[in-house]
This record gives sequence, structure tokens and C-alpha cells, in this order.
Amino acid sequence: MTRAGFQALWSHWRRNPLQLFTLVAGLALATALWSGVQAVNVEARASYDAAAETLGEAQYDQLRPRSGGTIPQDRYVALRRAGWLVAPVLEGEFAVNGERLRLVGIDPLTAPAGLGTGGEEVDLAAFLGGRVILANAETSARLGSIADVTILVRNSVAPGTIVTDIGSAQRLLQRAGAISRLILLPGQPLGRPPLAAIAPDLILDPAQGGTDMGRLTDSFHLNLTAFGLLSFAVGIFIVHGAIGLAFEQRRGMVRTLRALGMPLRRLVGLMVAELFLLALLAGGLGVVLGYLVAAALLPDVAATLRGLYGVQVAGTLGLRPAWWATGLGMALLGTALAAGGALWRIARMPLLASAQPRVWGVAASRGRLFLAALAVILLLAALGLALWGKGLVLGFALLACLLIGAALALPLILDAILAFGQRHARRVIAEWFWADTRAQLPGLSLALMALLLAMAANVGVSTMVSSFRLTFTGFLDQRLASELYIRTDNGAALEAFAAPRSREVLPIQSIDMPLAGLPAQVYGARIGATYRDNWAFLAATTDVWDSVAEGQAVIVNEQLARRAGLWVGDRLTVGTLTLPIAGVFGDYGNPVGQAILAEPVFKRLFPGEAPTRFGLRSDNPIALRRALIDGLGLPEGQIVDQAALKALSLQVFERTFTVTAALNVLTLAVAAFAILMSLLTLAAMRLPHLAPVWALGLTRRQLGGLELLRALLLALLTATLALPLGLALAWTLLAVVNVEAFGWRLPMYLFPADYARLGAFALVAATLAAAWPARRLARTPPAALLKVFANER
Amino acid sequence: MLLEVHSLEKSYPGADGPLPVLRSVSLTLDAGETLALTGESGSGKSTLLHLVGGLDVADAGSILLEGEEVTTLDDRGRAALRRGRVGVIFQQFNLIPSLNVGANIAFHARLSGPVDTSRVARLADALGLTAHLHKYPEQLSGGQQQRVAIARTLAARPALVLADEPTGNLDEATAGAVLDQMLDLVAETGAALMMVTHSQALAARMGRRLHLTQGHLA
Repeated sequence: MTRAGFQALWSHWRRNPLQLFTLVAGLALATALWSGVQAVNVEARASYDAAAETLGEAQYDQLRPRSGGTIPQDRYVALRRAGWLVAPVLEGEFAVNGERLRLVGIDPLTAPAGLGTGGEEVDLAAFLGGRVILANAETSARLGSIADVTILVRNSVAPGTIVTDIGSAQRLLQRAGAISRLILLPGQPLGRPPLAAIAPDLILDPAQGGTDMGRLTDSFHLNLTAFGLLSFAVGIFIVHGAIGLAFEQRRGMVRTLRALGMPLRRLVGLMVAELFLLALLAGGLGVVLGYLVAAALLPDVAATLRGLYGVQVAGTLGLRPAWWATGLGMALLGTALAAGGALWRIARMPLLASAQPRVWGVAASRGRLFLAALAVILLLAALGLALWGKGLVLGFALLACLLIGAALALPLILDAILAFGQRHARRVIAEWFWADTRAQLPGLSLALMALLLAMAANVGVSTMVSSFRLTFTGFLDQRLASELYIRTDNGAALEAFAAPRSREVLPIQSIDMPLAGLPAQVYGARIGATYRDNWAFLAATTDVWDSVAEGQAVIVNEQLARRAGLWVGDRLTVGTLTLPIAGVFGDYGNPVGQAILAEPVFKRLFPGEAPTRFGLRSDNPIALRRALIDGLGLPEGQIVDQAALKALSLQVFERTFTVTAALNVLTLAVAAFAILMSLLTLAAMRLPHLAPVWALGLTRRQLGGLELLRALLLALLTATLALPLGLALAWTLLAVVNVEAFGWRLPMYLFPADYARLGAFALVAATLAAAWPARRLARTPPAALLKVFANER
Repeated sequence: MLLEVHSLEKSYPGADGPLPVLRSVSLTLDAGETLALTGESGSGKSTLLHLVGGLDVADAGSILLEGEEVTTLDDRGRAALRRGRVGVIFQQFNLIPSLNVGANIAFHARLSGPVDTSRVARLADALGLTAHLHKYPEQLSGGQQQRVAIARTLAARPALVLADEPTGNLDEATAGAVLDQMLDLVAETGAALMMVTHSQALAARMGRRLHLTQGHLA
């Protein structure tokens, strides 16, 4: 009985291969986008873990110099002698075989077990002698071979990093006796002298359980996950439509099978098993496609994270069981979500219920009131969250309520617009066109919801990206005001040479130190016309520059202000000085806090720091550049002109959003696929609606043209409705999610030309999707249309 | 002469080659005349109706409607023919589900030009549809739907009404009533009527009767 029942159910798919294709393709695409994004996330997170493991920042407390710079070796010796269990680490940038890498030097004798080596056995003598270095497979491949050195592949080592003995590192980095930080081992002896007594210049830095870097990268991945989910939702709309239609069309078969003695429970079980198999098939296909998506996206994600957060992520994709499992799990979950309602209706269908398939979406129209109420509740919830919600999770809840509420409201809004069109139509064809379009809405509403979400995501993300770009370009004009930037070890000579030849010489000097308990940088600025003319503040006192120049105040970036809960007028302690905050400036893309003091104050607080970078203002940068090379003997590579620097900075940020842009295009393509499949599926059901109109005097060509026009009209209306939704999405991303995730708020700009282009793109997508069904209709043989009248269909 | 059909041939593709449905069919019909086409299933009755109505294309032969050759018309020409001079009533009613009864009745007439709303109202009244003008087809019984289809055709004032088993889906009593109304209204407009039917009783009420057997007129 089971076998016969299964064969009967399966015969539906055999006779409707297009439906089967729609179901499998929709689910596979949804799973592909989801698992592709997850693959990128898992890979990137694995890289952070490796980085944390290599550098020991996640697990262990550390000692760092209070005023930045390095720790002298004798301080390390003093601590060890006093009973402190500490292990030295030296880090720096190092070029080998043309590759710039992060070099981490450790002392294997004192380092915590597994630090840097991933817990695997290493030949200690060879490691101490500098004859063995550790790197992951990718870095090892990039390095090639190094004379007299063996590269041991340890995949626990962070990407772009090599680990060696600290003595070798000091030699290679030419920093003899220097230590970047000291790792505090677990189980420190009781009664050891306090840190202040032995090393007052060092500060204890707790283990980074929830570091800024972690939070920032998490939020980046949360954004990616949100878009992955959105894409998944678009795909599930397709699956829902395909399953709903197939189940409606099988009502007759279900009734017959039950009449022939098949128990309802068995029948539903068979349908669940059938869907389970299809979900596994489509899910597997989706995971493979997702792998390809991830492989294409990962290099850009790696570049994004490197540029935005300075985090090293492997640019190649590994095969991880976790996302295979979650991909298949999502495919099953998506199928369950899409099929739940249809299965429920079949399970509750009385044996003698009409076997006639109801018009697709009749159930939806019956539940219109319910959907309208749900849409209103969700949109009100979104409004409430926008007004009173706090935190990243509520930010994403706001996005979910907004998008789902709007999607549910779409068919109702479209119906109202079409009814208005019908009421005001003068010509009979127009009246029929509007009325028939309304009648088609239930069948197309899922595809249109998918288009709405895809379009809104596009509008939202493009607004966010373009606002970011515009703000960032202005920000670069502010921050990179100098015509030339110089890197030199001899600042005094440069100042002496450049001062008479420049309008201004601006030393760039900074030190890393915690401010208000948060990681931050303190800058010493030579305040002159450049700062006064170019810098814009989010909030500032009227005499901001005067008070900073006089050493009476400090300015801070938005990140520090928001995270520390400080604003203009509050006081901030920098080293031994506590000053009022005179201004808060936008510092987009910087993950850490920043405070700027006047140069004399900086020198007084940190006398050991000498600037190694300078900005030079000049009316003739070409001549000045020549003079620096010829007159001062400065190597050409140490001079960077402003345009090149801006281009480099912009390049980093252009790549930042490549991933989301790629996801947007994919999502829109999936929505176009949804429209195509819906139209193709509807085409067969539409013949009884169209044949009478043809018989009454419209040509097939006219009907095909009207079908195309209908798809265009619906796409245009949906795109128009997607615009305010997309702008609301953009506002949520910029004003809620961004502030919660990154610590800074971006101003929102509008880009009508971009939206018009996007609308045109949506219309092209809808035209392409509708062209084939319309052409098929225009070429339908009269015999096929006549079958409608002959009752032979 | 309103309609002249000469040596009409039509085949459909079959598993073993073309399957002839009409073989050299010829007939004539005057304005105001009523004609019943009878025959077994598959004898070609509906095909003949479809060819005359410009719904399908003949393989050979000629159809002259008011002196104009129908068989050489292109898709656009046949569409114009269906909009203007010919009205077809189907067994399945084939109303437009997205339009209400009033809009359905006026639809055909509006396709070919301005509609005479008083005529629509008269037809609706004559067919007992006045109370249903704002309803949608799915809300009507089969008999009511067929009355709407008849009203739709007659509102357009075609010269030739083609009816393909118009009462085939109705019970006997309803079928009789609908046919009475249709014949009265056709007579009133002066149109000719060609009706396909299996029912000998209905055929007997028409002015003339032709029987088709395997594509030949008896």
C-alpha cells in the first residue's frame, strides 16, 4: 500500500516537471545563499580563533607598557626573578620573499603550552635556533622556500602570520632586547610583590573574552547573516509557492487515495517523506552551490576584514562539516516552513471535500483579514522598536518586523491600487486588464513579495553603502588634508628642511593606551589652519580648537564617545591629565577610540615619543616632493601623495561592501527566478481565463503583450513600494544597527539616480522573467485554446 | 447569403499521421436562419463551428461570411471577425471570472465599439439577470452563467451566432428555458444561428438541421 501510494504521489511530479524544478531550484538557491554566507562566516571565525590562539590574547591576561612602545628585556627578567610567571612575545611586520607578514616571536620554554604551536610537537632545538618557523598552509605556500629554514605547517597559526623564537624575531625585526607584551601564565604564585613595585610602567590588560575586535567582527558577520537569512527567505517564498500549488493540485488524488482505503495518517506520512527526500536533494545541491558562492566571496570578505578591522582571514575556503550540517538543516527547516500550511490543510481535508483544486492563493485571499492584521501588528512592532528598542538584537528584530510586515501587506496594497485602476479604466481592454491582474495577484503574490524584499535589500544596502562612501570621502578630505605624507626616522631633519618650503608641517604622532577603560590611541596634533579649516565635528564647543591648542581640552572620536558614554563637556583622563572634551569627531571605519591633544601637551605626557610621520601642506607638492628627494635625500617610497593615499583608502572601503553587493545581485536574481517560475506555473492555469478573451476578438499576440505589460506593471508597483521600505531598512542599518555594532552613526543621504537605475534593473529582470511565458502565450496554437471550450483539458 | 462554406477540409495531427476531421464540407446559411448541426462525438461539429467563427484555420476550402473570405484572414483579421460579425456561445460558458456580470455582458460589445447600455439592461432584464449584475460568475448557477454568455454575445449584435452545445451543461428544464430565450433574442436581432447539439429535441426546434458523420455532411 505504501509503495502504491508513494508511486501515485510521485506521479504528480513526473507529470509536472516544471513544478518539481521550481521546488528543487528554489530550495537549492535558498540553501546556497544561506550556506554560502555561513561558510564565509565559519571560515572567518576560524581565522579569528587561530589568531587569538597564536597571539594568546583571548585566553591570557597580559602586561603591556603603560605609555605604549615596547618593554625592555630587563623588566621581564625582574618580573621573573620576583616570581611573576610571564612569557615574552614580540610582534612586528616583516617582509620575506616579497611577502609582508606578521612576525610573532615567542619563548617556547616559558610560553603557555600550545601557544603559537597549536599544541603540536616541535623540534625545540631547531625552533630556538631559528631553523624552524611555523605558519599555516596558505602562508607557507605564499612563502615558498627560505634558505636554511624549515617551515612547519601548523593550521592553528593565524593567516598571514609566522611564529618563531623570540630571539630570532628580535634579530629579524632589528629590535634587540625588545618585548611587545608579557603573557601572564595561569597559576601565579601567591605573595608575589605587586606589579607597581617591580614594573610601574606596565599595565595589566585582561584577557579579551569580549574584545572590541570580537564585537566588531561579530557585527560584520551578523550583517552578513542577516542578508543570508533575507536571501533564504526570498528562496523559501518560491518553495512555498511550488509546494502550495502542488498540494492544491493533488487534492483530487488525495481524496481518491483515501476513498480507496489509504489511511490519512499514512498519506500525510508519505507526503512528509517525499518532501524530506526532496529537501535533502535540494539541500545537498544548495550546499554545493553555496560552497561556490562562498569561494567567490571569501577573498573579498578577507580583504574587507583586513581593511576594516585589521583582522587576518584566510582567503581560501576549507571544507567544514558544520556548514554542511547547517545547510542541510536549513533546507529541511525551510521545507517544513513552506509545506507546513499545505500539509495541515490536507490533513484536515474532509474525505468528501471538493477535489477541484481551488484557485491558487484562494486560501490566502480568505485569510486576507488575518494577514492584514498581522502586517499591521508587525509594522507597529517595528515602529515601537525603532522608537524605544536598544541593542543589536532588537535592531535586527526591528528589521525582521519591518520586512515581514511589509511583505505581508504587499498583496493588499497592490490589490487596492489595481482596484483603483479598474474603477477608473475607460476602455474595455484596460478594465479587463486591471481586473485580470487583480485576479492573478494571489498566484503571483509570493513571487512579488520575494521581489519586494530583494528590491528593498538593494535600496537599503545601496543607500547605506553610498551614504558611507559620501561620508567617507568627506572624511578623507578632512583627514588627508595635507598634500604630501612623509615617513621618516629623522623627524627633526625633515622639519628643519620642510618648514621653509611648506605652508605647514604637521607631525603625526600617536600612542596606544587605554582611555576610559577601552583600547584607544592618543594623538598629538600641531593645531593650525589645516585643522581649523578642514575638520568638522559631530558636536563641539564654539572655541573647540582654541581650547585644545591652549591645552585646556581634548577632542575624541565618536567611537570612544559612544562606548565610554562621554560627550562634549564630559571629562576624560589621558595619562596623568584630566581634560574636558571640547569636541566629538566622526572617525568612520576606525575600530578603536581616539583622543587628540595639542602637540605640547602630548610631548609633556609622553616625552619618549617622537613623530615618524608628517603631513606637509604645500601649494606646489610636485616641487616639494622633488626637493625632499634631491635636497634631503628622502627615498621616494617614503613620500605618499594625498591623492594616492585617498585612492588607497577608498579602495579598501569599496571592497568592504563588495560582499553585500554580490549578495544583493544574487537575491534580485532569485526574485526574478521566482517571478519566472510563478508565471510559467500560472501560464497553464491561465488558459481558461484567456481563451474567452481570445475568442471574443483579441489576438494571441495582444494577449502575450498584455501578459508582459502585466508583469511589468506589477514589478513597477512592487519596486515603487520597495523604495520606502528600502529607505526604512537603510535608516535601520545606519541609525540603529550601525550604532549598536560599530559605535558610530552615519548620516543618511538619498540617491535618486541609484534608485531609478535599480528600478530599471528590476523592470528588466521582470521583463526577462515574463518574456518567455508571454512569448509562449502569443504562440499558443488555437487548438490548445479551443480545448478550453471543448472541455477536453 | 450570409454564410457560404465550400469544400472545407480540416485534419488534426494524430499518432499515425494527420487525422481528417472535416472532409469536403459545404453548406449555406441565410440571415435570420437557424441551423442545427448534429452528429456523433468526434464527427467534426465543433471543428466546423470553430472554422466558421475564425477560431481555427482550415486546411482547404472556402468560408465566405457576408461575401468576405474567412480562410485567408490572418490572426488579426480573424480576431476582428470574432469581435464584430460573429458571436460564439460555449458549453462551458467561458465567462471572464475577474469581471462582474454587468461587465461580462457588455464586454464583447465594448470590444467592437461604444456599447448601448440600454440594450445591455434590456438583455439582462430579458434573461432575468438584472438582480445579478454586480455578482461575479463564480457566484452564479450554471443556467445563470449561460444566460450571461448569451447576453454577452447578443449585446454585440453579431450577424452570426455560433453556439456549441450551449445547454450541454444544464439540466433539461433549464436547458429548455435557456434555449427559448436564446431563440427569441436571436430572432429579435435578425442574426443567423448555427448551433451544435447532441439533442434531437433541441435540433428539432431549429429551422434547418444538418447531420455530420465522420467529417461528411449527410
